[in-house]
Amino acid sequence: MASFIQLLVSGLATGAIYALIAVGFTLLWQTSQTINFAQGEFVMLPAFFVLAALNFGAPFWLAALIAIALSVAILGLMFKLVIVDPMLKHGVLPLVISTIALSLFLKESAKDFYSSQAQPFPALVPPIDLHFLGAVISLQSVTVLAVAIVTVMALHLLLNNTRLGRMMQATAQNPTLARILGVPVNRMVLYTFLINGVLVAIASILISPIYLAKFTNGETLGMAAFLAAIIGGFNQVRGAIVGGVILGVLDNLSAAYISSQYRAAFPLIILIVVILWRPQGLLGRVEERTV
Amino acid sequence: MNRIGAIALAAVVVAALVLPHFLKGYGIYLISMWAVMSIAALGLNLTLGYAGQVSLAQGAFVGIGAYTAALLMQAGWPFPLAFVCAALLCFAVGWGLGYPALRVQHHYLAFVTLAFNTLVFLVLRNEEWLTHGIYGVSGIMRPVLLGWSTGKAIHFYYFCFGMMAVVTAALWWMIRSPWGRAFVALRENPIRALSLGLDTRRYTLMAFAIGSALGGISGALYAPLVQFIEPNSFALGLSFNLLLMVIVGGSGYFFGPFLGALIAVLLPEWLRITQGYYLIVYSAAIMVMMAFAPYGLFGMVERAARALRSKGAPAGPPALQAERPQP
Repeated sequence: MASFIQLLVSGLATGAIYALIAVGFTLLWQTSQTINFAQGEFVMLPAFFVLAALNFGAPFWLAALIAIALSVAILGLMFKLVIVDPMLKHGVLPLVISTIALSLFLKESAKDFYSSQAQPFPALVPPIDLHFLGAVISLQSVTVLAVAIVTVMALHLLLNNTRLGRMMQATAQNPTLARILGVPVNRMVLYTFLINGVLVAIASILISPIYLAKFTNGETLGMAAFLAAIIGGFNQVRGAIVGGVILGVLDNLSAAYISSQYRAAFPLIILIVVILWRPQGLLGRVEERTV
Repeated sequence: MNRIGAIALAAVVVAALVLPHFLKGYGIYLISMWAVMSIAALGLNLTLGYAGQVSLAQGAFVGIGAYTAALLMQAGWPFPLAFVCAALLCFAVGWGLGYPALRVQHHYLAFVTLAFNTLVFLVLRNEEWLTHGIYGVSGIMRPVLLGWSTGKAIHFYYFCFGMMAVVTAALWWMIRSPWGRAFVALRENPIRALSLGLDTRRYTLMAFAIGSALGGISGALYAPLVQFIEPNSFALGLSFNLLLMVIVGGSGYFFGPFLGALIAVLLPEWLRITQGYYLIVYSAAIMVMMAFAPYGLFGMVERAARALRSKGAPAGPPALQAERPQP
């Protein structure tokens, strides 16, 4: 039981990070039909911004803020203006190829211009263990979980309780109608890209102390976010959260109790079952087809 | 095909036949790889470009084909038999993978096939009793066919080129047959195709199966070409790369995959003059190419030609024909 709780909490912590990444992924899809295959590399990169800022002598909190700002500017604004905007009118596939190329570009850039070695990354909290019902839980897991929950709550409040958020939802649901009703659709799409920039930077700062900052980090993270988004529901922010948590917990439990060799296979099998049984995802709503 | 096209095609074929005599070992290896990858890309172009079924699993079929051929040959089977088995197995598995396509389309289908690709990779990596796991299969012999040994690099290149020519001719014929028309109808308007009495179910499965079988053929040539196969070669990266070949060349254009494969195989090698930065330059080049030619290079050429022909007049969509880019 104790080991079960330990696995559950660490699974929840990784799941919460997956959820953050997956939420950004679904936001981009909802507002602009961008399937961002570089999302994993988007999470890999801000850690290097932090390290670079630390090398210049900035304290950690400042370095983190700089990384978030850079991430919003480069992975949000520049990504939208330089890559997505010119491609959007040509349909999904050319943009998919572009984001695949972008992921290679970012990975190789991090390797060549920073380091090919895994870089130690400062932990957010001292390595203290908490004892709970006989289980040993690291303070780090609890912190990750807390930060992720706060971030998701803030996003939820923004989307549901402000005028801005409701305009963004309107943009996602029906851009034409939203435009008629006076919503500045293009600016709303841009905001989702900026929010994605913030989300990936936070995820990066949370996960890098665990995985170290390495240029290959994006491969597994991108896949995880991708799976989480689809399992939960590709067109729902809540779906991405649920998908991320399911994935994180399942990953840890299946590795411990079933087969560590095939731990990567379980999410894929679930994905196939979910798509064939409920293509819109566990919490998603049916997308209307435009014929 | 018009006269300019025929002349260009003949020139390319002659160049491809003469070229290896001017190349050293690695150069011949690269153009052999181009021929092998072209076959897989042709298959994906059939599934994606003509029938409109998005697949991110073509790399897995190259893997299944390569492993089938390599393991059967190690068990003492002659190459032609192993080759046919690889193609048939991929045909059957591809048929099975077509079933999800009957239920979901577009990006959901892309995700299912992507998951399938990773599952195949995991099986190749973990089932050591069958595939030797991460150690891979090494020492794959190049075949002797009817007393003609393909052991030398240049001979194997001619063998790959010949296979590519056979596959190309077969596809050329198929695209023009009622089947080819049916595939395009499937892409353009599946509901209308169904209402016109087309068995869309069978053609969807067929599009996957034939495309996958070509992936298997490509794999069966890949194994003796590289002479060493391991699971990582057939992970998602290869499927992405094959998709890139099809889209960059021009999805739905018959000769698109050849050009796309040429770019994906040779461009990174040419860029090695930029030292360690060649992958950065390569990926940037792909992004620029996609921004300027989103319908692929053949798409761009066709658009330019059409714009020249009908100066001033808005270029409307052409009548339904086999060579039309996917919208």
